[in-house]
Amino acid sequence: MTSPDGTQGVPDGGIPSGGGPHDGTPHDGTPQRPPVTEHRLHPVTPFRRAWAPLAVLAGWAAHDPNGAQEQLDRLTGTVLLLGLAVLVPAAGLYGFLSWWFTHYAVTDTELRIRTGLLFRRTAHIRLERVQAVDVSRPLLARLAGVAKLRIDVVGAESKDELAFLGEREARALRAELLARAAGFAPETAHEVGEAPARVLLRVPPRELARSLVLTGATWGSLCAALVVPAVLWLVTHSLWTVVGTALPLVGAAGASSVGRFVTEFDWTVSESPDGLRIDHGLLDRAHETVPPGRVQTVRIVQPLLWRWPGWVRVELDVAGSANSVLIPVAPRAVAETVVARVLPGVTVPGGLSRVPRRARWCLPVWWRGHGLAVTEAVFAARSGLLCRRLSLVPHAKVQSVRLTQGPWERRWGLADVHVDTGADKTVTARLRDAGEAARLLDEQAERSRTGRRDALPDRWMSAG
Amino acid sequence: METGSPEGTVAPADQPVWRGLRPGLLGVRRLLLVVWTAVLALAAGLLPGLLVGPGWAAWALLPLGCAAWCWWLLERNWRSWRYAERADDLLISRGVLWREETVVPYGRMQLVEVTSGPLERRFGLATVQLHTAAAATDATIPGLDPAEAERLRDRLTELGEARSAGL
Repeated sequence: MTSPDGTQGVPDGGIPSGGGPHDGTPHDGTPQRPPVTEHRLHPVTPFRRAWAPLAVLAGWAAHDPNGAQEQLDRLTGTVLLLGLAVLVPAAGLYGFLSWWFTHYAVTDTELRIRTGLLFRRTAHIRLERVQAVDVSRPLLARLAGVAKLRIDVVGAESKDELAFLGEREARALRAELLARAAGFAPETAHEVGEAPARVLLRVPPRELARSLVLTGATWGSLCAALVVPAVLWLVTHSLWTVVGTALPLVGAAGASSVGRFVTEFDWTVSESPDGLRIDHGLLDRAHETVPPGRVQTVRIVQPLLWRWPGWVRVELDVAGSANSVLIPVAPRAVAETVVARVLPGVTVPGGLSRVPRRARWCLPVWWRGHGLAVTEAVFAARSGLLCRRLSLVPHAKVQSVRLTQGPWERRWGLADVHVDTGADKTVTARLRDAGEAARLLDEQAERSRTGRRDALPDRWMSAG
Repeated sequence: METGSPEGTVAPADQPVWRGLRPGLLGVRRLLLVVWTAVLALAAGLLPGLLVGPGWAAWALLPLGCAAWCWWLLERNWRSWRYAERADDLLISRGVLWREETVVPYGRMQLVEVTSGPLERRFGLATVQLHTAAAATDATIPGLDPAEAERLRDRLTELGEARSAGL
């Protein structure tokens, strides 16, 4: 294995762990049979931090332009130069030190990250608990040929990320992490390499653009960006107020139209033995890998205007992961085949049983949107009248089942059934008949128990 | 042990055996109710009575009336709480107006917690709380005998280990 810059291998920086490269820390007393090679991040990393103080200054200037102008007038050229002469090397030093003190190592079962200059932090991430691995390459990082690796683990509030690694290095590390997480033998783990991927779906740019045109939120934010400043101008005639409100609105409009197009550009979903891969982005390329069996819920969302082209968006929940979009837009049939690959053995149920007619007294009009289907493999609940969302939970992913019933619902003999999943998402089948709900509660507990028995193990490749 | 619901009654094999909570919990809650009512009634009676006129001290009846109603509500609520250990999951049922029934499979348990505050300890009570990977799972059983709470904790942990499954 080569380290990012090729020089920080075993000899000087990467001392085999057990003592740590910094003397006087013999705290790590556990004996390590095979020496663990520690690595540093890519040498370009310090520059990421070096500009932070300048960004703070720029942010302050943008926030309070008049104050900044005053301060600038008072400062003479020499003071300015002196300030820069102190600030830039200090920032550079900080960047350099934080890079110098960050190490990572991969062992048979763990990824270890040691970091911190004053406050030391050591994270040991168990590989079989890894929920997803993302490699992202922001625009500048792409120019520099580096990438950021992010590891999603359940329960960790801050995502552990390695920024930045060389692009090849990042890909190799991702493949190795997944191979080890999959349970390949340690000796062969880093020779397994990238698993071959098969493309399941690629979203054409034209379809993506058309789908954004058909999205209400795009038009809503554009209208807000045009109308609100105009009205404000008529009312106040104050340029600053108008500019102050227009800027965030235009920003929001841009983010919901152009921004979404740019991030969701060339969205590719592929399938490989080490999991589901999602690649996307025009300027910032992102690459996510979700190992098999990690998907907790899948939502098929269909906004009102997407009904006539028959498009849907598919979202998924993975415990500990922030990413949720699986497919930004696709014809329903295509999306359903992808869902069938993501949740093995699951077919998206077609006919849903609707709620009883008397539910209209509990939830006028919207009661029509609710529906439920329970198959051998999934619990599927639909909600929403205009924007329909169908949530699917495989029985094996159910953490607990709850039945709730308020007084008004009891008056009409109705009850809600909630299914809680590990991604902190609850799927609710609302307004079921009370008797049916009680039966559902019982059956669901039974089904999730038997569903779990034949679920994949955490180390999916070691199963056989 | 006297409990709110019939305990250990002969039931068919597939029917869960429901257990209620200790009467001590009802006692603690009623004690708290009485203390707070006394404070409120004193404030509501004394202030207007002294400032405006003796007749206005009748305001004190308002908290007293509320307390009487709550006295009855507390008992209904206490009676509604019950739990059952089945072969593979734990059932918790509670609530009078807003009823909730929770099923937690043993294999999904991440952590079992037994807590007991100073007041609870004084009255010989403990609370068992179950955590799964889903934060929405709200499986709490208050008002248990400490010995029973520990038995439940050990049994749940044991069963959880035996039937453990990942996420």
